[in-house]
Amino acid sequence: MRILGHKPSLSAWIGILIVGAFIAAAIFAPFIAPFTESEKVAKTWSPPTSEFLLGADNIGRDLFSRMVYGARTTIGVALATTILSFIIGLSLGLWAAVGGKLVDQVLSRFVDVMLSIPLLVFALIILSMFGSSIPTLIITIAILDSTRVFRLSRAVAMNLVVLEYVEAARLRGEGLWWIMRREVLPNAMPPMISEFGLRFCFNFLFVAGLSFLGLGIQPPLADWGGMVRDNGKAISFGLLAPLWPAMAIAAMTVGVNLVVDWILSINARPSGASAEM
Amino acid sequence: MTDNILKIRNLRIEAISGAVLVDDVSLELRPGEVLGLIGEGGAGKSTIGLASMAYARAGCKITGGTVEIEGQNIRAISADGRRKVRGEHIAYVAQSAAASFNPAYRIIDQICEMPVLHGQMNKTDARAWAIELFRALDLPNPEKFGERYPHQVSGGQLQRAMAAMAMSCKPEILVFDEPTTALDVTTQIEVLALIKKLIREFHTAALYISHDLAVVAQVADRIMVLRGGKTVEIGETAQVLHEPKTDYARALVAERKAADKISTHRAVAHENAILTVSDAVGLYESFVAVKNVSISVARGETVAVVGESGSGKSSLARLIVGLLPRSSGSVKFDGQELSPALKDRPRDQLRRIQLIYQQPDVALNPRQTIGEIIGRPVEFYFKKSPAEVAERVRSLLNQVGLPEDYAKRLSTALSGGQKQRICIARALAAEPDIIICDEPTSALDQLVADEILKLLGRLQEELGVAYLFITHDLGIVRRISHRTAVMLRGELIADGPTAEVFALPFHPYTERLLSSVPELRIDWLDEVLTKRKAEA
Amino acid sequence: MLKVIAARVVLGLLTLLAVSALIFAATEILPGDVASAVLGQGATPETLATFRAELGLDRPAYIRYFEWLFSALQGDLGVALTNKRDILTSIAPRFENTMFLAGYAALIAVPLSVGLGILAAINEGKWIDRVANVLSLAAISFPEFFIAYVLILVFAVKLGWFPSLSTVFDDMTLSQRFHVTALPAVTLTMLVAAHMLRMTRSSVLSIMSQPYIEMAFLKGLKRSRVVFVHALPNAAAPIITVIALNLAYLIVGVVVIEVVFVYPGVGQFMVDGVTKRDLPVVQACGLVFAAAFVILNTFADVMSILVNPRLRKPR
Repeated sequence: MRILGHKPSLSAWIGILIVGAFIAAAIFAPFIAPFTESEKVAKTWSPPTSEFLLGADNIGRDLFSRMVYGARTTIGVALATTILSFIIGLSLGLWAAVGGKLVDQVLSRFVDVMLSIPLLVFALIILSMFGSSIPTLIITIAILDSTRVFRLSRAVAMNLVVLEYVEAARLRGEGLWWIMRREVLPNAMPPMISEFGLRFCFNFLFVAGLSFLGLGIQPPLADWGGMVRDNGKAISFGLLAPLWPAMAIAAMTVGVNLVVDWILSINARPSGASAEM
Repeated sequence: MTDNILKIRNLRIEAISGAVLVDDVSLELRPGEVLGLIGEGGAGKSTIGLASMAYARAGCKITGGTVEIEGQNIRAISADGRRKVRGEHIAYVAQSAAASFNPAYRIIDQICEMPVLHGQMNKTDARAWAIELFRALDLPNPEKFGERYPHQVSGGQLQRAMAAMAMSCKPEILVFDEPTTALDVTTQIEVLALIKKLIREFHTAALYISHDLAVVAQVADRIMVLRGGKTVEIGETAQVLHEPKTDYARALVAERKAADKISTHRAVAHENAILTVSDAVGLYESFVAVKNVSISVARGETVAVVGESGSGKSSLARLIVGLLPRSSGSVKFDGQELSPALKDRPRDQLRRIQLIYQQPDVALNPRQTIGEIIGRPVEFYFKKSPAEVAERVRSLLNQVGLPEDYAKRLSTALSGGQKQRICIARALAAEPDIIICDEPTSALDQLVADEILKLLGRLQEELGVAYLFITHDLGIVRRISHRTAVMLRGELIADGPTAEVFALPFHPYTERLLSSVPELRIDWLDEVLTKRKAEA
Repeated sequence: MLKVIAARVVLGLLTLLAVSALIFAATEILPGDVASAVLGQGATPETLATFRAELGLDRPAYIRYFEWLFSALQGDLGVALTNKRDILTSIAPRFENTMFLAGYAALIAVPLSVGLGILAAINEGKWIDRVANVLSLAAISFPEFFIAYVLILVFAVKLGWFPSLSTVFDDMTLSQRFHVTALPAVTLTMLVAAHMLRMTRSSVLSIMSQPYIEMAFLKGLKRSRVVFVHALPNAAAPIITVIALNLAYLIVGVVVIEVVFVYPGVGQFMVDGVTKRDLPVVQACGLVFAAAFVILNTFADVMSILVNPRLRKPR
């Protein structure tokens, strides 16, 4: 089978399967999960049975059902964040590249300062003002993350605008908007696609991390990071309860990374280190 | 034959992707003999050069044949054995000296590294020998020269230092991979003369790789013509130059010869000027790239601007189209003053001046179809309907000699020459009065370049368009231009009808430039050197 | 060259100033203010006004910024809203703890990942490269708390080698400290080592495809000499940048790990501050983290200027 005109490698197939399974779980959550995400159906941390596949959590909710619903919130929030981050970062990045020196200087210097503050620290400061609701979370992380998207898309676009075909469009008298949309954007897309995967991983881990700190998605909504936090103490008793959601987070990131690696390898060339001696 | 010092038999090299880069090539080299390898891009010359040291670049693999150096097949021996042969018996001179010297070390340390590590000399002897080589290669202040870092010396000097590095173990064979291609013509002739002297003095055999037949003719005893990884023809230099046996070699020789003489043009009245530049000064930040240049182009005329890199010829082109800020002087187009800044020029002025670039690869948007690329100026300047645009695209493709069905394809799969034709079609789509050509053929292979020049000539006859032709290649100038201007360090030092500029060099630099361009005669280099010595 | 370095240091100081302004502004410009954030939505206008006056919030923002900045420069970070304790005296020992943990992790992570990265690069495509690639991909993908809990489960709960909580006291010996912080340090190591390994590998690879490396092979030099004498000195600048970048990341990475292991560092302090909406504490911690981040980045740039031969020996 071919995807995008290329044959995926074995590792790429594994990645596609993992990502596909989690996305399916997120979409069809109500049909897959035997219970809702907030029902208390068993005793605290009851062991796995045929009814409760992964056992129950710290207040007796079915862990498997919460995992399925958790896919929805965790992946949904991370995806929304990444899309918003790309809309902001990509348009500002292209604008900086084609809009002239002044625009570029102002945007770049501002982003430099933003980038000098560690992302998590910045997010903590803002969340301490606003409190955590899902929209605040998405907007805050998207704005902070868009600085990274800005950096890359600006660099990619800068390499493109010096090319002669962009200059030819400029000499023809084309406007800024046309040049951005027709000459630069289509050629900037390939590197940005794999970047989308990487940024998604990053935001996904970031949202999970914030939820783990109790500052992300708030209960009673199920989300993987929060589930790890809720069940954290179980680990001291040798129970696996916090490891299931943590493993789901890890598997999702590995899956996306495998797909991204494969996309990157399509265009990669061997380096000098492998030359015949 | 046992007296062959290098013997390559049935060499085959493949890329990892499976493409055959070199196919069944055999050659031999006697002690002290120089074999020229000549061919266009993709002929496999450099790959063969590296394979003679049993080395293949990443992504390639030697899959068949033998490489014998002094009777020993170095493909069959251990990696340690090969390492011993490299440097001691066969050494390599790369095209780009700037990239091939390690930026972290002094030049002399990099040169002495080889004889010391191969156990041929101790450090002191190696230094003394390096200094002797610097002297033989005419490097300034030979005792101190090697103390500098690679980025501290000029390109021509670094190229000579690399020849010294190759000679440091006194190998029997040298491989020169386009050693003068990255240099300006006036530097090229110096380096070429020194390489020739070096080979003669030490009686070293050499493989000399170049795309320029005239350069190879100066140093090689025999010439091998390659195409697409296969041997086309091999023979004594004089025989290949004067009686080539194959059609391909004949075409190469004929094309190269055409560059040596001025062709006759129909006369064009120079008075009817379409573009007049007077006293223009152009600045790159604080650097003056164009100094008080005045030049004019008449309707239907070709004016060539020649000069070496850094002469300001491309800056002049950018100044005219409005990409380089003009700080003073004037540029008049069809009697109207052009605004210095691009954004202040009306659309009709932009339409009437078009530009063709050196690298057709990057001049075409890889994500647009050829129809979109050529059709856009028609739509943009003339506001035509989609059907009219498509009709115009078809006729333009015909005009530049490409099939009509190319309109739906992307340009990425096309060859360099075809891409340049599309660039020309895009320029013509605007129905310009003048096309500024910035080295449009220098990234192309000779025979392809020749066809592009012919196409440009034909279009001028048909449409009466004027050309301002920027080039470093005097061969092209002789063939196509009505008038020629010579630039040096931002200034115009000669300007007039081509025959006059070339016949009566007013400026010593013009003469130097002219005499440095290799001509397709075996004794050209010696002649020029003798003449220069007599004058000095 | 001194000029270039001086310019970079000045730029670092300017960045620090801008960062402090941004941290201050982030809590000012946004709708709502400290008072309403602390007191919550149920507060009456009267209590809000009293509280604002108490905090001095009725004066213009820029005046308060400069007051805050100047007292911070003099070592006065203010008092916590919740328990009125001096922030500096609370932060100082925690900062030491954080630096201890980060330093511990760096000590393991830097030699390990740079070494493996170089090894992977010069054996590109061979088994060691593949193994390093798979392991580092896994480590990058795992959230830090996943690694932490697996380590706790195995080494604290099942094997009982290390404690699962890293409680430290003032009178602990150094070896005791190393023992109780082993698990967080290893977690932190895995977090940054993977990034560092991958970045080291790609910077060495980009050097390995330079023409002068091909030239060195063609000179008949041994592979080891080509790598150690010709490639690595040129890879030094990018590798130093990689290390500094990741050390900066490490300092931030401690936040989550300190919470998992209940380790008394600045990160845990900050998260506490955020949960309690104690803004002066959050601002102070943010400033400390940002300063460490900027200083390390500046240091990286200065180091790469120092090892660049073009800047060391100008034309």
